[in-house]
Formats: sequence, structure tokens, C-alpha cells
Amino acid sequence: MADEKKTPWWHSTVDAFDTFLRVPGTVTAKGAHVRDGIDLKRVMIMVVIALVPAALFGMYNVGLQTSTVYGLDWGFWHMFFYGLLRMLPLFVVSYVVGLAIEFASSQIRGEEVNEGYLVTGFLIPLIVPVDVPLWMLALAVAFSVIFVKEVFGGTGMNIWNPALVARAFLFFSYPSSMSGSSVWVSKTWVPALKGVDAVSAATPLAIAHDGAFDAATGAVGQYSFMDMFYGFIPGSTGETSVIAILIGALILVWTGVASWKIMVSSLAGGLLVGWLGQLAGATAVPCYYQLVMGGFLFGSVFMATDPVTAAQTETGKWIYGFLVGALAVVVRLWNPGYMEGMMLSILFMNTMAPLIDHCVVSAHTSRRAKKAVNA
Amino acid sequence: MSNNLDLKKGLNIPIKGVPAPEVVKTVKPDIIAIKPTDFAGLTPRLLVKEGDVVKAGSPVMTDKLRPEILLTSPVSGKVESIVRGEKRKLLAVLVKADAQQEYVDFGAQAPKTAQEVKELLLKSGLWVSLVQRPYGTVASPDAQPKAIFVSSFSTAPLAADTDFVLGSAVADIQAGVDALAKVAPVHFAVKKAGSAFAGIKNATVHSVSGPHPAGNVGVQISHIAPIQKGETVWTVSLLLLAAIGKLVNTGKLDLTRKVAITGPCAPKAAYVVALPGTPVKELTDLPAGDIRVVGGDALTGEVLGADGCLGFFQDQLTLLEEGTAREWFGWAKPFRPSVFSSSWCYFSWLTPKKEYKMDTNLHGGPRAFVETKCFEDVTPMDIFPIYLIKACLAGDIEKMEKFGIYEVLPEDLALCDYVDPSKNEIQAIIQKGIDLMIKEMA
Repeated sequence: MADEKKTPWWHSTVDAFDTFLRVPGTVTAKGAHVRDGIDLKRVMIMVVIALVPAALFGMYNVGLQTSTVYGLDWGFWHMFFYGLLRMLPLFVVSYVVGLAIEFASSQIRGEEVNEGYLVTGFLIPLIVPVDVPLWMLALAVAFSVIFVKEVFGGTGMNIWNPALVARAFLFFSYPSSMSGSSVWVSKTWVPALKGVDAVSAATPLAIAHDGAFDAATGAVGQYSFMDMFYGFIPGSTGETSVIAILIGALILVWTGVASWKIMVSSLAGGLLVGWLGQLAGATAVPCYYQLVMGGFLFGSVFMATDPVTAAQTETGKWIYGFLVGALAVVVRLWNPGYMEGMMLSILFMNTMAPLIDHCVVSAHTSRRAKKAVNA
Repeated sequence: MSNNLDLKKGLNIPIKGVPAPEVVKTVKPDIIAIKPTDFAGLTPRLLVKEGDVVKAGSPVMTDKLRPEILLTSPVSGKVESIVRGEKRKLLAVLVKADAQQEYVDFGAQAPKTAQEVKELLLKSGLWVSLVQRPYGTVASPDAQPKAIFVSSFSTAPLAADTDFVLGSAVADIQAGVDALAKVAPVHFAVKKAGSAFAGIKNATVHSVSGPHPAGNVGVQISHIAPIQKGETVWTVSLLLLAAIGKLVNTGKLDLTRKVAITGPCAPKAAYVVALPGTPVKELTDLPAGDIRVVGGDALTGEVLGADGCLGFFQDQLTLLEEGTAREWFGWAKPFRPSVFSSSWCYFSWLTPKKEYKMDTNLHGGPRAFVETKCFEDVTPMDIFPIYLIKACLAGDIEKMEKFGIYEVLPEDLALCDYVDPSKNEIQAIIQKGIDLMIKEMA
């Protein structure tokens, strides 16, 4: 522990760096004398590790999309490094702005800096279009960290997922940079494309929304099902590859950091509503396409499972996850203007999670009370 | 009601220093401490002064509010000194033991009625071995408990093996059960895997299996007959049940016990025979270095210190190193072979048989609750631990009642302390809730 007497004013910051480097020498004062090796730093870094495959694939895909759409004929490494170069500033802005606010507010509260932003800061660049202007991103991060997290008391106290709120902030404040068919493929920083007009490259979700589904080949516009499964499609940087996300899901479920119940029930909800939509004639796209298009899977695996904002009871997790998936597809199918429902669905269910838990716990206590009367 | 209880949730903590099943020495009593602080809900009043002569079984202290409850001396000898703490709080009475022990004779005949049982326990000083739930205080002599529960085994880390410690005292235990059964129905839990006490009569025997805290009497009660508002049950440890039986059989108060010396820092992890109140230094040699001496197990024990004395309920010492050393990049290392974690974020699951040299390091800093499923995974009771914990934090009596405060003592949620990645002090929070309940419901 850093000596608080020597650094009375900024000890939160000193502590943060100190404990980042070395395990604190604090010993147990009351309660159990020995403790598990796990701490929040380890939990959070596990989520970041689980996100790495999606991030790496995203970097490659950014280059791939630019190369394909503008006919540049780049090689693999060229694509990857272009994507890396384009995404690095997003990570830097996200972490610098977010952590600065996190450190400042921990300082004000006089608490140790919480590790929650390690994950949030990594998530945000993965759920935005790659060419989003950095100042917008900075604004969104600042808004979400201050008004969604710190005013409630920091990590563990927030009601909504801060990364998603940052995206929602961007989406509603700067829709022209966040939606439409020309924002998904990056052309900034490519000398050959200077002065070239942005080419329209709609996401499969938007194409499907417009009804361009070929039932014979199973393709949505120019994209086959396997394109969407591998992730060779336009979209937010981290959300496109099902394989990369499934690797992350495996890590999260294996380590027990995220709830598999939420993931499974969210997929079930999405599938069911997708199937009903097909029956009702709202869409021609088979229900399982809903899982590989847009941010559905990324949201189910990484965003809906945030232990702070999800339901806390095990029964509640089934209900919560199911409704996340179901609502997302409802928005996709029965909403004329807005084709991606995952973000709003998760934020809505974040709001409802305490209610779900309340119902589960009340049902449990009244069952206990009944048992007591009968005993 | 099933007599078979298979619990799945919980965690056995693989800590080094399991006591070998052998007695390495018998401590001859010299100075023995009688500590009123061992008993929750007891306000002590002195009955002796320095220089008084006492026998084994003579009263030394009484409860101010319920003068029929007595604390008696476990040895015969002379009161050497009275130890007081801040605000003259009574901490201990020290008795210098005689070379030849003399016992008060309480009469070696089995009590016939509930009233006789109560009187015998009260005057012998063994009454305080009865713990009343809810709240875990010294049993109230006026109360009529719904039942009396005994767990014949402990699953706590490195706990004394009751088969070894008391396997030869089955007759005493049976006598104790017979006596208590006159007061209320006795429920007796035995290890399913095999137990020296499976043949106990005059009680409902339950076979229990599962990881810690399956051996906790509170967990067993919550499955056998959960405590409801307004109900009272008593519990007694097997150790003290044997003492009650011995009192019935011989008419003497004999608290001699085999004490397990355990933990990674124990010079020789084995058993010693001693009385409660024996100074730690006579029980075991202490290795050099910054050592924490815990009376009881590593999850729920009390810090005794090198100059402390064994408590009334304790039959175990756990010796742990103070974990003040700071590990570089601890949380970021892929492998930390010396650190155990029940979470699969580390790789301890690869070495399920390994025993770890655990110390008292917190392994992190205090944070708000983030992961809460881990609490449910180690709490084999029909409650939502996180809701109970939050109700206790908020001091909301109604919610505490609803979420099961009557069923738990801090020891039943001790594993939550252990597994929490946010390093909250769950046992302290629960104790605060219980203290509030006692204050408000009195």
C-alpha cells in the first residue's frame, strides 16, 4: 500500500498504479483469515482476454471491407495493419478519457480505483463504426462514465451497461455517423481514396430489413450465411465474426465470469421471435440468421452478461436473457425505422432486471413462508 | 422428512497442515484462563476474588441478567488474577492449577426430568455449551426449544477429526443425548461416508454428505427443520455433548479435549490433550516470523495471539503466516502455482489434490459487489445470500427476516468471505445484522 501520509491528495491514483504492479500487502482483519486468490482485476482481465479474438478479427475485417468495397486488392497483413491503425486511436481515446474520469472520481470519493473500466474501455471501440470521429467518441465515453456510472457510485452500482450507453449516446446524438449504409467501411487514411466518394455498403441486417433475401441461395444481398458466420461483412468493428465471439463466449463460460444461462436464453429468445416473425410473414429470413446478423451475438455474450447490470438471481437470469433476445428481434422485425434492436433491448432489460429479481425473490420468500405454515 | 442429506454446493479449502491422527503431548494444566468473552449474549459478574480457592466445577462468574447461568472453573486451584480490559471490561479469570486435581461432585446419576437436566447443566457450568438460535447466543434457561441439534463432524478447513477425537467417547455422547432428549427432541447429524457415531439412539440420526459447510449445524438445521420467526432451537457441539455425558456418567466436570494443532505454520500438525483456557504457548511451539494464531478454523476462528488462551468452544489452533509480502503482477500472471482459487480464472483446478500454504493476505482490495453468483455456489441453504447481506447492510429488519436472518450465523456464510472477489467482510456484515435484530427484537 502506498504511504497515504506522504500522498494525501492523490492517493487513489498512487494506489491504483501501486496495486496494478504488485498485490497489496493487506492482511485480513476480520472474517475469514484466508482468502481466495481471485480479485476483480483478474475477473476483468478475463473478460478483456475473451474480447481479444473479436478485436483482432475486427482489425482484419476493417481492412478487408475497405479493400473489397473500393477494389484495392490488399494482402492479409495490409488489411490487418490498416485495421489496427484505424482502431488503435479508438482504444486510446476510450481508455484515456474513461480512465481519467474514473481516476478523478475515485479520488473525489476517496476510494481505490475500480477495475470495471478495463472492460468498458475495451468494449466501446468494438461496438462503434470504425470511422466514428474521435471527438464524438470522447464525448460519448465522458457522458457514459460520468452520468451512467460515477453518479451512481462507480462500478458495481450502475444500472445500465456503460459501454452500451456510450453507443446509445452516439446513436441518438450523431445518427449520421452511426447508421446508414455509408458509415461501416473505413476510407479515412487511405491515400488512394482521397476525394473518392464514400461507397454505400449496407450491413446484412439493413439488407434483410429491406427484404433483399434470396430464399434459393440463402444469401442476404451479396452476403452468404457463411460470410456472416465468419464475419466478412460490414458492421461495428467487433461484432461481425460469430467464430471470434464464440471463442470469447467459451472463455467467459469456462472461467465462470459470465453467465451461460443469460447467453443461452438470449439466443433462445431471439430464435423464437425470429421464427414467429417468419410464420407471421414479417420477414423471409430464417430465424437463425437473426443470431449471426448485426450485434445480436456480441450483445448476448459480452453486454447482456455484465454481472452488475444483469439479473442477479439464477431464475431471473433465464427470464432476463430470454427477454433480451426476444425484444431485440421484435425491434428488428416490427420496427420500420431502426433495424438493430440489441442495444435498446439490453438497455431496456438492464432497467427491468431489478424488477425481475424482485419478482423471483418475492416468489421465493412467499414459498418459504407457505412452507413454514405447513410445517 | 428425509434422514439423508446430500449437499452439492460448498467448497473444501485445500490448506496445508492437516493434523496427523496422533496425540503428541498432554499439557499438564498450570495457568488456566476462564474467558467470559467466549459466550455471546453473556454479561459477566465475578463470584471470586484473587486468592480464592476453587475446585473443578466451582462457579467463577455468573450472568448479570440470568444469575442461574454460571461459568465454572475447569481446574482446581487458586484464583491468580483477574484480567480487565478497557473500561474495566472483564476479560478473563486466571486460575493457577493445583498439582492434584479436585472435582466438585455433581452426583453420578442420570437426571430423570427435563428440570433435573437443566439444573445439572446450570450448576455444573455446562449450560453455556448450549447455543441458542436464532442469533447464536447462550441458551436461555426459560426457553423451550423446538429441538436440539448436534453435528457430529466438521467440514471446516483442517478441523479436528471427530472420529479420532471422540470415537472412544461414544458412551458419554449417548449419555449426553439421553439427557438432552428429556428437554427436547434431538437431531444428530453424522457423516454419510462412515462415522463412529452412526449408532446413536434416542435421537433422529441424519446422514449428511457434501463439501464444507455441510458439517455446519446451521446448514443442517436449514434442511432438517428451518427456523421460523418465533421459534427457538439449541445446538451443542459434539465435544461439549461428550462433556455433558461425562458429567452425567461420573458426576465430574471434565473439559479435557484433544486439540488439533493445524495450519501451514504448525511445527507439527497433530493433536495435544489440554483444557480450554490453556495458554497457546503451552499447546505448541510457535515458529519464528510473523505468525497469526487462530483459535478455531481458518474461516471462522478467533485471533488468539501468541499470548492468548484456548477458548471454551475451541478444539483447534490454526497457525498462519501473516501475508504481508507483495507479489509482483500477481493478478496478471497466467499461472500462480502457490495461490489457490476456487474460481476457474486461475488454474488451481488443474491440481485438485494439491494442498496450499495459505497466508492471511487479502489478495486484492475492497470493492463494491460485482460477482454475486459465487455466494450462492458456496451456500447450500434455501436463501439468497446477496439479498440477506444487502438487507443486513441496510439494517432493514423486515427484509432480514424475509431473507432468512433467523437461519444463519456468520459461520454459515464464512465461505462467502472467502470466495468474494470484491473482498467484502460478509461475516462481519451478518453479525452486524444479527446484533441489530437482538437489539430491536428484545
